[in-house]
Amino acid sequence: MTNPLYQKDIISIADLSRSELELIVATAKKLKHQPQPELLKNKIVASCFFEASTRTRLSFETAVQRLGGSVIGFDSGGNTSLAQKGETLSDSVKVISSYADGFFMRHPQEGAARLAAEFASIPVINGGDGSNQHPTQTLLDLFTIYETQQQLEGLNIAFVGDLKYGRTVHSLAQALSLFNCNFFFIAPSALAMPDYILEELDDAGIKYSLHSSIEEVIADLDILYMTRVQKERFDETEYQHLKSAFVLNGSMLENVRDNLKILHPLPRIDEITTDVDITPYAYYFQQAENGVYARQALLALVLTNFFQEQA
Amino acid sequence: MKKKLEVQAIENGSVIDHIAAGQGVKILKFFQLTDTKQKITIGLNLPTGGSQTKDLIKIENTQITDAQANQLALFAPDATINLIENYDVVKKFKVHLPESISGVLACPNSNCISHSEPVDSQFYIRQKQQIKLKCHYCEKSFATSFFKELD
Repeated sequence: MTNPLYQKDIISIADLSRSELELIVATAKKLKHQPQPELLKNKIVASCFFEASTRTRLSFETAVQRLGGSVIGFDSGGNTSLAQKGETLSDSVKVISSYADGFFMRHPQEGAARLAAEFASIPVINGGDGSNQHPTQTLLDLFTIYETQQQLEGLNIAFVGDLKYGRTVHSLAQALSLFNCNFFFIAPSALAMPDYILEELDDAGIKYSLHSSIEEVIADLDILYMTRVQKERFDETEYQHLKSAFVLNGSMLENVRDNLKILHPLPRIDEITTDVDITPYAYYFQQAENGVYARQALLALVLTNFFQEQA
Repeated sequence: MKKKLEVQAIENGSVIDHIAAGQGVKILKFFQLTDTKQKITIGLNLPTGGSQTKDLIKIENTQITDAQANQLALFAPDATINLIENYDVVKKFKVHLPESISGVLACPNSNCISHSEPVDSQFYIRQKQQIKLKCHYCEKSFATSFFKELD
């Protein structure tokens, strides 16, 4: 029996069903506890970064090598024929298809991964397309939530910070809406969750509420997902004011659930004070580590048929 | 009756009627209806009988297909199409929103990859309170008012 993701493109979280998300999470768990150092032996995976992204690239390339595969590729668009000679992405992708068994890509323009998948004859994994999608971040977030809560169903999850421009929170909220979670959105009004996401949640019958401070809801949470409020979007006075309302410090964690875990896609600037790091609730560095397992799971499922349908 | 005459005044062709006033010129440009040698008559701000006004487009010797008509629904959801043969209305139908539209509209997101690659634009259409088009590539959704006419 073939696993449902074998030879599939991974472009957008919205393309994945609940059972496919569960399969990826379960596979990441297996790979974390039982490494498969020869699973991608003799396979070549292209790492195509038309835009630099150190963390995502290193995580992907580590994932390939931990599975015994080889990596070819480039780490920024400036070094490619695309930039220097004006080659179209569609032509670049056709050529890469003839070299590798699959590729992951980061590109500064929205829709690039979807387009690449239409021209590629090998599977494409989206590592971020402009402000649109970054599905592997969502998958590592899902895996981390599952790992810390032993389930994804019916959790109380708060998202804090820049909910307007943060594609990470949009995708994660969309994915978690398949698992009947309750959402608490905590953001300044200028950075509130966009209406189109709220409409999607309404359509899916998901319960959510909007808040202006972390303290309003922290006692009820299973997951507190922090994001960075981007300084460049505000003038200095406004930023200082906003920042103070959306910063998490250790003293705010006195009356929280034992199972609460704090996540952050990183890099953190100052929205989580360092005294939180030593509490049992901090889990953002383990979350970053989980990026390698989530990407290994995806590579293993897309490029091999070793893991089949989840039992 | 005056209204009937307006619709039947061409011998053969199509009449797009009940276009909301102000949308007629937009539709001509969006759907490049003027890329033809056939005679086109446009009526703008015509009385509807009530207090409202409408636009109307007549194209001679051209039969608008259902698929073409449905694309018009994006900008003229209440339009009706009259197909005319020998001055008679041989078919009259309302437009219905299609599920998707390809190759007609440019994505309003200037950073969308569809602008710089050899592909047709494609949008998925859904209607809640208002009509929204979601780009197949950049996945962003736009109301029809965000679309500019093609050059």
